[in-house]
Amino acid sequence: MERIKVEHLYKQYRLGQVGTGSLIQDVNRWWHKVRGKEDPTLKVTESNDRSKQGNSDYVWALKDISFSVNHGEVLGIIGRNGAGKSSLLKILSKVTSPTKGQITLNGRVASLLEVGTGFHPELTGRENIYLNGAILGMSKREITQKFDEIVAFSGVEKYIDTPVKRYSSGMYVRLAFAVAAHLEPEILIVDEVLAVGDVDFQKKCMGKMKDVASHGRTVLFVSHNMEAVKNLCTRAILMEHGTIVSEGTPSHVIETYLMSRNQSDWGKEYREHEAPGNAFTRLKSVQLKPLREDGKPIITVKSSLEINISFWNYVEGLVANLSLHLYAATGECVFNVITQIPPPTIGVGLHHARCVIPKELLNTGTFYISFMLVQDTSKPLFNFEEVLTFEVEEERETTNWHGKYPGFVRPKIDFKINP
Amino acid sequence: MHIHSSIKSTFVIREMDSFVQEKHHHIEVISSKRRLFDVRLRELWNYRDLVMVFVRRDFVAQYKQTILGPLWFVLQPILTALMFYFIFGRIATIPTQGIHPFLFYFSGLTLWGYFSDVFTKCSNTFVGNSALFGKVYFPRLAVPLSIVISGLYKWMIQSIVLLVVLIWFQVSGVENINVHWSLALVPLYILLLALLGFGLGILFSSLTTKYRDLSFLLAFGVQLLMYGTPIIYPLSFTSGMMRKLLEWNPLSGILENFRYALFSVGSFNLGGLVYAVAFTLAALTVGILVFSRVEKSFMDTV
Repeated sequence: MERIKVEHLYKQYRLGQVGTGSLIQDVNRWWHKVRGKEDPTLKVTESNDRSKQGNSDYVWALKDISFSVNHGEVLGIIGRNGAGKSSLLKILSKVTSPTKGQITLNGRVASLLEVGTGFHPELTGRENIYLNGAILGMSKREITQKFDEIVAFSGVEKYIDTPVKRYSSGMYVRLAFAVAAHLEPEILIVDEVLAVGDVDFQKKCMGKMKDVASHGRTVLFVSHNMEAVKNLCTRAILMEHGTIVSEGTPSHVIETYLMSRNQSDWGKEYREHEAPGNAFTRLKSVQLKPLREDGKPIITVKSSLEINISFWNYVEGLVANLSLHLYAATGECVFNVITQIPPPTIGVGLHHARCVIPKELLNTGTFYISFMLVQDTSKPLFNFEEVLTFEVEEERETTNWHGKYPGFVRPKIDFKINP
Repeated sequence: MHIHSSIKSTFVIREMDSFVQEKHHHIEVISSKRRLFDVRLRELWNYRDLVMVFVRRDFVAQYKQTILGPLWFVLQPILTALMFYFIFGRIATIPTQGIHPFLFYFSGLTLWGYFSDVFTKCSNTFVGNSALFGKVYFPRLAVPLSIVISGLYKWMIQSIVLLVVLIWFQVSGVENINVHWSLALVPLYILLLALLGFGLGILFSSLTTKYRDLSFLLAFGVQLLMYGTPIIYPLSFTSGMMRKLLEWNPLSGILENFRYALFSVGSFNLGGLVYAVAFTLAALTVGILVFSRVEKSFMDTV
């Protein structure tokens, strides 16, 4: 039996700021509606692709989404940022309404879009349990019944009569999750709650989610953590640009997801007159290629990365070095490598360079690469900035912990306990 | 893999059917279509505990880390009435129908305080709670409803003080108080003020989600409205055009009738009361109508 049935769901968003322009548009839409005509903005709405510059002020965050979820299923929803996952969850949890289409829900819905919603810093832990529980749809009687269980689960017994503004962030999150975990909805929507808390607490949360599902309730789980999706979900869907592009077993969908990420960002090729560069040099192409034993074109912590770069040199007899900078998404430089010393002397024309970043060096996350052409190991000729962007995905043996390892690198360094 | 997982879920469904039947069947459809007057009172009733928790939160949170605490509920109107007493009673000497100016102002201020409190706070429903509304669903009307109720508590505390003051004036012989039978109608007056503040408040709240200009107007408008309501002067003090204008204000009839009930001065204004009822019902209808339309999608514009 179906718990959730989503049929031809659309969601339109308006871009830009609200101002006098939007007042004119509103009047225009209203005038079309009064005359019984179709909303003029629906026609100009574009699909939501953040990599392209759109011409319209309106985008489809969701475009013709249909799927259904049965009793006892844990459905994983994956996709890049901006794929429409959050919009979908917002509509499912009734925070906002769809532009077109409909959803049939068979059962009470509770969502953990963000734990601790509605916590008031001035109130004590006890008061906040009641407040938060009521916001999430529990009655006072229900909360009182489960109060001791909630407090025990959170592990903050000692501070239950202290205002939560004095809590550490860990305590805060634990208390908040404890309340949410004791809801008994038929449908539970979970969005990235595993990103917080310590190992012990994460284990508790995962256990609770499995528990919920095994009691015939339905869970919708959105996460960037592929390991957690693989372990928890019975089925998964992959979203891209507001549509569902793949549906099936978690491992199948995750693989589709990882494969879909290549091509566009992993290579660039320019014609000479429009290539980045200056009078000394221009970039012809850069290519990123994952090298793996299984041959799959995916970038995980277990993929080596081959980088090929081609550039035109216009300086006769250049004593050349290429310098590769690898940056984390947050902007810190993770490392810098340079080509051989002493540097070769190269002539005018097309030249190639190759670099392999070994597997099991980079941690999961987004990275980007810049190149610099250097003369006489001292004079930079041009800096090709951010020519490559890629994301390293998780791939690990089963551990009980599904969180992200800290740090930019995760080198495989020998480390053993003597038994 | 496909076959395996479907077998697993069929098994789970069998096992769980009995569990599902125990609970009341709850089917809900989310779509873009809207009914004109989409107020789900039963749903609101199911969330009555939430309304009361909000009421409690407002009380507790407002006076945490203050020394006088809830005493401020009482002190605020007393201090304002005292200020009015010196400015309007002593300096401007506006007549107060023979009632002691302090009593006159204080009684009016308790009513006005309730109305303006409900009105201004309700008008902030969407913008002030957008962080909460953006993450979890509950009937949005729970918020303004809790404001009406917590305001009512405040008003009750203040009217106890008013009662004490009245008795004190009577006993000390400063004022001889003649209570009129229409005192029995005071609950109706309070209900009208509550509904009017609620209706107008949620209407403004809905209108400010997209265009914030209104919230600036509102702050000024409420101030103006106080002087446009017979609180520091009786309606009989005005005449001509001014009087006409004041009679358009639905609050005028309520305030005049309230003072008549307390002090038996002036006359019972039935026309004003009927007008206030009609105005309130209209404001309430329009307010709920607009609110229920806006609540579905305001997250996209707020």
